[in-house]
Amino acid sequence: MGSKTVETLPEATVLFAGDSGDGMQLTGTQFTLATAYAMNDLATLPDFPAEIRAPVGTRYGVSGFQLHFGSVDIRTPGDDVDLLIAMNPAALVVNLDRVRPGGTILVNSNSFEAKDLNLANLDSNPLEDGSLDKYRVIQVELTRLTRETLKDSDLNQKQIDRSKNMFALGLSLWLYSRPVEPAEQWIRSKFAKKPEIRDANLELLKKGYHFGETTEMFVTRYEVTPATLPPGRYRAVQGVQAMAMGFVAAADKSGIPITYGSYPITPASDILHALSRYKNHGIMTIQAEDEIAAIGMAIGASFGGCLGITGTSGPGVALKGEAMGLAHITELPLVIVNVQRGGPSTGLPTKTEQSDLMQAYYGRNGDAPMPIIAASTPGDCFEVAYEACRIAVKYMTPVVLLSDGYLANGSEPWLIPDPDSLADFEVQYATEPNVEVDGEKVFHGYVRDPQTLARPWAKPGTPGLEHRIGGLEKKDGTGNVSYDAHNHELMIRLRAEKVKRVQQDMAPLEIFGDEDAELLIVGWGSTRGAIEAGVTRARNAGLKVASVHLRWVCPLPADLGKVLSGFSKFLVPELNNGQLVRILRDEFLLPFEAMNKIQGRPFGPSEIARKIEDMLG
Amino acid sequence: MSENDANKPQGRKPTLPPGAAKPTLPPGAGKKPTLPPGAGKAPTLPPGMKKPGGPAMPPGMPPAGPGGDGAPSRADFASDQDVRWCPGCGDYAILATVQRLMPELGVPRENVVFISGIGCSSRFPYYMNTYGMHSIHGRAPTIATGIKTSRPDLDVWMITGDGDSLSIGGNHIIHIMRRNVDLQIIMFNNQIYGLTKGQYSPTSEVGKITKSTPFGSIDHPFNPIALVLGADASFAARTMDRDPKHMKEILRQAHDFNGTGFVEVYQNCNIFNDGAFFSFTEKATKSDKAIFFEHGQPLVYADGKKGLRLNGFHLEAIDLEGGNWGVDDCLVYDETSLELATILARVYWHDELPQPFGVFYRQARPTYDEQVGRQVQAVIERSGKGSLADLLAEGDTWVVG
Ligand code: SF4
Repeated sequence: MGSKTVETLPEATVLFAGDSGDGMQLTGTQFTLATAYAMNDLATLPDFPAEIRAPVGTRYGVSGFQLHFGSVDIRTPGDDVDLLIAMNPAALVVNLDRVRPGGTILVNSNSFEAKDLNLANLDSNPLEDGSLDKYRVIQVELTRLTRETLKDSDLNQKQIDRSKNMFALGLSLWLYSRPVEPAEQWIRSKFAKKPEIRDANLELLKKGYHFGETTEMFVTRYEVTPATLPPGRYRAVQGVQAMAMGFVAAADKSGIPITYGSYPITPASDILHALSRYKNHGIMTIQAEDEIAAIGMAIGASFGGCLGITGTSGPGVALKGEAMGLAHITELPLVIVNVQRGGPSTGLPTKTEQSDLMQAYYGRNGDAPMPIIAASTPGDCFEVAYEACRIAVKYMTPVVLLSDGYLANGSEPWLIPDPDSLADFEVQYATEPNVEVDGEKVFHGYVRDPQTLARPWAKPGTPGLEHRIGGLEKKDGTGNVSYDAHNHELMIRLRAEKVKRVQQDMAPLEIFGDEDAELLIVGWGSTRGAIEAGVTRARNAGLKVASVHLRWVCPLPADLGKVLSGFSKFLVPELNNGQLVRILRDEFLLPFEAMNKIQGRPFGPSEIARKIEDMLG
Repeated sequence: MSENDANKPQGRKPTLPPGAAKPTLPPGAGKKPTLPPGAGKAPTLPPGMKKPGGPAMPPGMPPAGPGGDGAPSRADFASDQDVRWCPGCGDYAILATVQRLMPELGVPRENVVFISGIGCSSRFPYYMNTYGMHSIHGRAPTIATGIKTSRPDLDVWMITGDGDSLSIGGNHIIHIMRRNVDLQIIMFNNQIYGLTKGQYSPTSEVGKITKSTPFGSIDHPFNPIALVLGADASFAARTMDRDPKHMKEILRQAHDFNGTGFVEVYQNCNIFNDGAFFSFTEKATKSDKAIFFEHGQPLVYADGKKGLRLNGFHLEAIDLEGGNWGVDDCLVYDETSLELATILARVYWHDELPQPFGVFYRQARPTYDEQVGRQVQAVIERSGKGSLADLLAEGDTWVVG
């Protein structure tokens, strides 16, 4: 262990940054795995450029992976970076504002030549011009050390240089006292068929680790003790994986096959990738020719008695709007996933945002409301996916599921759920005629369940229940085409009332923090961690504040009015230009104050805490 | 529809067109069309119809079919809904033909699904007493693909028009063709937008004067058969509303075909594009202007007086009576040849050659739905039925507490 002092930290935030080709996502993922083995709580935020292979060394080609871990409850990927590992000048300047004053910056000093500075649009060398004075800078000759380590290997120069991230990984594992075994195991299985690459990587990982011990650059090494998580079996899970598993759980518990129609789009494609592997779990996937086809196929499947799901991001939802209206008027179960990203138009495809709430609420012709459920953490994507399916079938309605880029790509430790603990998911298809007309038993497709107002789901293939549905207005009861003025109004109201009745299935709202506070923060979606961590900080600083988080955004929970009545000041933080805040003002006529961040990045707890101080100060 | 349905008073029965009420006569079988071809302005009637505007029976109560012994009849496939197409519209003949064909196919009614898009033709599912969905403009192929792929046990029919499938739904029509989903597509081609009251369509001839093109349309028209062949259709055929016998036979073949059976039906829109196909469909010119070809048969028309022979890559009309040419010189059609299909499909509104009707192309290849099912089966055989608990606990896990 050498003669280093070991300092114990409650939590730490590390950011790996470099070129897209530097393997930063991989380095971050392996560091995360080691951190999970060290039993810390954690949250991650990958951040990649929109270009697949952006020019080397440029600012817009920078790819990053941020990880926040601790022995305490970790709710966000961290807003202040303690350690930035920058592989080149571009990665340094792009991420500098995220490092806390006094934080550590580890750079590959071999990549600060004139040409590198030039590519990063820098006039002077930040290592020399004093711009890094408020940080602790550690210069490591990563390129040279890597070349030296591998001087006897058969790899060519390019392959050798590309492996320097393994040296960096080894060094950072040492710095935070993480185990190296998980990374070693991964390298062995990943490169089983390429022994020269496997050995080179293993060697570099080890050298990086030992370098920490032997070099004089580090006097202190850190450790973060295990977190006190609720007991049980855990795994690290990304939002996309959790969501895909939520759909598998829905297929499993309901017994109905799922058809997932999707068209490739960032960042939703990973759901398609995950589900396409689950063919033996009752999931069928179709990569459609476009967004409209993807939802059309899902609607077709639902008409056939399977559960149709379609997944996309904002621009894709814009294309699906008309078909969503069809699902609404035909009253078929359907789940539409929107993994939100920066908009409008193509916007910031690889960055996170919450700017499609209005689109989910109002983005269709005619009055066509549908329930909207929003995930709040990567692990929560599992439960929300399951719940969206359950409600879609129970109420015979399309349901919008909102996730976002941060949730989809971010990961956290996840207490593996017991399948038996999931809510009941029973499906009842219509089996016989449901009304008598002139002494004859016939089937009417729009006779409603008195409790849920759901219409019957009659599967093609069932004799005697032949019926036609479609986008023209339906006669109440029979479901025949009707242009009757009063029937139209009745049907619009009935469909809206049905959506409202989803309130019956919502768990009571929980207030986080001081119930007797003046100020209540109302949030939805992926901001939950930042809001609750911010509330905790403010309370630790002696302020009284509470927050409530909405899982169902439409309809708003029945008990929300009562919760709001206990407070006098309201703050609504959102990663958009003010969307939920308008819906709340419209519904409750209370003084909701908006707090908006539109930078393609999540809130940090300190931003929330500062705002609370401002409002209460 | 010639006018927006919404404007129609509720409950009023539309005037019934002849074709709907008494469609039992075999088409063209010795019956003279009541109107001379090309009789410009006069309202047109489907062949076999004698008195205009006098429906003998309300729609939805067609004459009982050959059943009577419990076997399904034509009536079993007619829904109780009023048929609302304009009187005299070619759509009636297509509906009647399909309703007459259904009992003969032996598919239980509850297993039949009709999916349509938007347009006059797409009202079709409402009139069939089967499962059905009238969906959104151009998207029927997507819904049909979804239901057939997830429920391959169902017999799926798709109803569309030239605007619905070749304009707004152009992308989906080419993709359903390449996928080869096992279903039937009946494309009603009337070369006009009917439901929106008469704009030119993607199959309208250049120079078409319509409400949206007062100085004539400029767009080059699609040739639907050539288009679907270009999209790797496995079955492509053309028929016409005024020859229900031929239509029924073609639809039967499309149904019996394992794959996407694409059938283009020339359909007269007597309100906005009356007589568009009269030169092919009416007796005076039909034999000269249309050729009904069959697999394995020589290309002969004009009551055996003329034929088509292959001259290089081109078809050439030959006179079989002048002594220079005989039937043996005519091309014997092979519907499995993509080359011949391509050549024949390009005989399109040709000045000297007759318009072809029949099955242009038929290629046996695996269907999309069957391959998807097979892939699922293969995964289950290899990995077993998936366990949810195992999936949730997959990968690196650790225990706390
Ligand atoms: S196609 Fe023409 S004739 Fe037929 S219903 Fe439509 S508008 Fe009327």
